[in-house]
Amino acid sequence: MYVAVKGGARAIANAHAWLDEARRGDRDVPELGTDQIREQLSLAVDRVMAEGSLYDPELAALALKQARGDTIEAVFLIRAFRTTLPRFGGSLPVATADMQIKRRISATYKDAPGGQVLGPTFDYTHRLLDFGLAEGRDVPPAPMAETGLESAPHILSHLGGEGLMQAEPDGAGAVPDLTRDPLEFPAERALRLQALARGDEGFLLSLAYSTQRGYGRNHAFVGELRIGAVRVSAHLPELGFDIEFAEIVLTECESVNQFQGSKTAPAQFTRGYGLVFGQSERKAISMALVDRALRAQELGEDMSGAPAQDAEFVLSHCDNIQSSGFLEHIKLPHYVDFQAELELVRKLRRAAGADALPEAAE
Amino acid sequence: MTDSDTRRDWMGLIARAPAARLDALWPDDAPPFDWLRRPEQGSMMVQGRAGAVGAAFNLGEVTVTRASVRLSCGAVGHALVQGLDARKAERAALLDALLQTPAQVELSARVLAPLRAAEAQAQQDSARRAAATKVDFFTMVRGEG
Repeated sequence: MYVAVKGGARAIANAHAWLDEARRGDRDVPELGTDQIREQLSLAVDRVMAEGSLYDPELAALALKQARGDTIEAVFLIRAFRTTLPRFGGSLPVATADMQIKRRISATYKDAPGGQVLGPTFDYTHRLLDFGLAEGRDVPPAPMAETGLESAPHILSHLGGEGLMQAEPDGAGAVPDLTRDPLEFPAERALRLQALARGDEGFLLSLAYSTQRGYGRNHAFVGELRIGAVRVSAHLPELGFDIEFAEIVLTECESVNQFQGSKTAPAQFTRGYGLVFGQSERKAISMALVDRALRAQELGEDMSGAPAQDAEFVLSHCDNIQSSGFLEHIKLPHYVDFQAELELVRKLRRAAGADALPEAAE
Repeated sequence: MTDSDTRRDWMGLIARAPAARLDALWPDDAPPFDWLRRPEQGSMMVQGRAGAVGAAFNLGEVTVTRASVRLSCGAVGHALVQGLDARKAERAALLDALLQTPAQVELSARVLAPLRAAEAQAQQDSARRAAATKVDFFTMVRGEG
């Protein structure tokens, strides 16, 4: 059976014209510049870069404008654009120890070398709406100390010296890349971290919260959270040296979790790790907790069947573009499928004699 | 510093510089040159390390543009710059070539020094803002001392 599939072109064109107009909004209100989005909605820009898995604030700002502020739609635009870019190569691993720190806190050591640096945080604000912002109040420049920060080595490196912190094994062989090869299970940690780094913040937040509430319980401390700019280096084979070709802002979280020890290993602490493009500590902490939960099997912990411990569950569902792609496809025409189901239900009802029953049961 | 250290330093400095600043510092017409590679937009995969020090993993990509030029004197310049600005990549490749010629002295003073100063200033300002938000703990004595 054929069903009409043509005839939508004019409706689609007009719908898109209306979308264009709706995006613009009231023309008496000045149009928003992508520079304004980049500068003044920078955390939205950061989220689009993180989940779009492409660091470019200009593009992310444009995507947000085009998507009318819909984060996932903007991420979709970035992912689509990314596929058009040839990849020239890979960077050397970024050295987050050399980060130009804007914020750096530890919940485990009050007096860690380098100190507790709050940075531009929402913490300790009273979460009261600031009506002055609606009127465009003056924003004074932030205070500056006489001197800059002293160096701030990774806090967990101090624990490593005593053997209290599990060492991070070096990688062996090629670094897996889920943008090149389909995700397969069991997924090694490098692949899991890649998937989590571009995963949906809301999904990871919920999963991380579920581990705190007891689904795969593994009590985590925030050993360190740091936000700031790092240089990105690449080796240029034609020249035979490395250059620091880019600077990007990252958020890094290292969680500290207890490990009870086993027959072969003494008790020590283990790490969960989160690293995210831009400033996004909610995502970085969530990522660290979920990374740690996904290490349960490797560490010989109780597999309680909690969702956050199930790599297949987590990694297959954390990507909001994959998820929304499949979810939203069901709104597209399924006329033929539905006709078939309709026929089937009618047939079953006939077979059961249901159609013969009177409307009223009595 | 060796020659290659000096060159990697300026290549990085120019690659990270805002295009507008580069243009403002060096708006001149370029000398005649041939393209070895016209500006080409692409990406580089950025890697992190598990637990900051362990095995490498792929974090996500960053946009870049690359270009290569040859001046009539034979000097070859390469650029790999952050972002998708073709003009910036062209200017960066030309500067890389010119910095290998006797023009180096003048261009170092005119372009590299201000870029370096601006980068250092931005870092210093950020570090001082951050330092102003550093917590100075003091201990409160409870009860009667």
